[in-house]
Amino acid sequence: MNKHKYLVVYTKFLHTSLASELEYKTNIIIDAITAMLSLVGSIFLLSIFFQNSGNIGGWEFEQALIIQGIYTVLNGITNTWFNPNLKEIVRHVREGTLDFVLLKPIDSQFFISFKKVAPSGFLEIILGVCLLFYCIKINQINISLNFLILSLITITCSICILYSLWFFISTTTIWFVKTWNATEVLRSFLYIGRFPMSSFSFYLRLFFSIIIPIAFITTIPSEVFLGLAKIWKIILEIFITWIFLITSRRFWLFALNYYSSASS
Amino acid sequence: MINNIIEVESLSKSFNISSKLPGLRGTLKHFFKRETKSVKVIKNITFEIKEGEIIGFLGANGAGKTTILKMLCGLIVPSEGSISISGYLPYRRKEDFLKKITLIMGQKQQLIWDLPPIESFYLNASIYDIDKFEAKKRIKRLSDMLEIKNELYIPVRKLSLGQRMKSELIAALIHKPKILFLDEPTLGLDINAQRNLREFLKSYNKETNATICLTSHYMKDITSLCKRVICVHDGSISYDGELEKLLKKLSPLKEVLIVCSSEKDANKLENSGFKVKSKIKNEITLKIENKNVSSSLRTILNNYDIEDLFINEPPIDEIIEKIIVKKKYTF
Repeated sequence: MNKHKYLVVYTKFLHTSLASELEYKTNIIIDAITAMLSLVGSIFLLSIFFQNSGNIGGWEFEQALIIQGIYTVLNGITNTWFNPNLKEIVRHVREGTLDFVLLKPIDSQFFISFKKVAPSGFLEIILGVCLLFYCIKINQINISLNFLILSLITITCSICILYSLWFFISTTTIWFVKTWNATEVLRSFLYIGRFPMSSFSFYLRLFFSIIIPIAFITTIPSEVFLGLAKIWKIILEIFITWIFLITSRRFWLFALNYYSSASS
Repeated sequence: MINNIIEVESLSKSFNISSKLPGLRGTLKHFFKRETKSVKVIKNITFEIKEGEIIGFLGANGAGKTTILKMLCGLIVPSEGSISISGYLPYRRKEDFLKKITLIMGQKQQLIWDLPPIESFYLNASIYDIDKFEAKKRIKRLSDMLEIKNELYIPVRKLSLGQRMKSELIAALIHKPKILFLDEPTLGLDINAQRNLREFLKSYNKETNATICLTSHYMKDITSLCKRVICVHDGSISYDGELEKLLKKLSPLKEVLIVCSSEKDANKLENSGFKVKSKIKNEITLKIENKNVSSSLRTILNNYDIEDLFINEPPIDEIIEKIIVKKKYTF
């Protein structure tokens, strides 16, 4: 793979996406306000849950805020990259414009996953990072090199799992054509990731660990923040990330054999 | 000797297609138990295309022209048979192969809707590994050929259909492809834009010796660009050869309008044994076989007092209609 070429193309993607989005200034402002209100609403909802009992599933409110912070960062990444690009796959397949993507001398998964960037999601990422810094302060977390490396690894794994899940569902479009609802269901499940996994029953924990690995997406990075993460859990998250990335990639290549293009 | 750039042998393609009965009952049945059947849309076709040729694919809607084109450029995997394009198997979509071809679809666009076309050109240039300086040169060359300049800096959504199509062409040709697949490129364009596009394709072919495979429902596109046509009927090739030869075969008669100097001469000519289509006063229209046109005209000019004479070709659309309806042509 020519890394330099991919870097140049990605720079172009960023440039054209930002230029496209900046054509509609009001939309950016509305999205930014929505992101802020959404975060305030989520924290308010979380505080209501903690009002009567001091903790949920063994997690204090200040600790649960870390999960909210990680969720906000991941949601920001979803809104910046996954949502604008992977939703496009459905449109590409329905309208037959996937033809243009497949005929470009560049990896089709790269093209379809990174062509668009929604800058309004950046604000959500920044808000999430700010919330995480606030959590570090109120939970008196010691920032060590070990902490930084593990946080980075687990958050990167979370992003990759989320991407693979989303991409896997979007790929089914090749057969079913319309799969808007499936990605919406996935988003609904992700809302659950704002709460500690230990607050759910055993069977739900099992479901959110094996079937849809929400547990790995938010809870494990939060445990790293609090110094509660066990090393086997981090290794398991890395292994699951690898499985998800490979599977989604192979599934995409397999699905393309069944692409019949739209009629003219 | 010119080499074959495209070789297709015993190519077939089947699709699983579901059908639905009308009404609520049909809808429910379709939802719960979808009946699909395998339909062979391309049936055992074989042909070759030489480098630099312009080939027109003719046929009715649903005959299989676009499916053939999409198999040739590697978008659809064939069910049976083989395709070789410049030595590549298209459906593998190797990077080197993709750099040699381009697909232009009249009804679909690749340009970024909210941005001026120039942004899409530079994005495509980076995808095709073309540096900025070279890209600039190519954009200038193509935009000069297509006579489009200021429009390159206006958002695509504000351009007319003709301007958009010209921009699509630049985006699709920036990497100097050797094989062009064009699926109804003049669809929806006005007569001037159609003519400009045809002229551009002619000069592009002449300049670069690129091979062009074209489908179109505008017969003028076919007659002005293609020497050779492949007629597709119900997934099979019904004719593959020179367009001229096909037209001659399908229209063996020419219509000759003769203006006689008097009505008396016209009456005399009417009864002289020629096949008469119509007669109005001193004007008479005869139907003469292609092979007898020169000898018949010589006889008429020598024996009758003629004021004027016009030879009419039958309308091309009528001939093409015959091609589309009729199943098989053997010559």
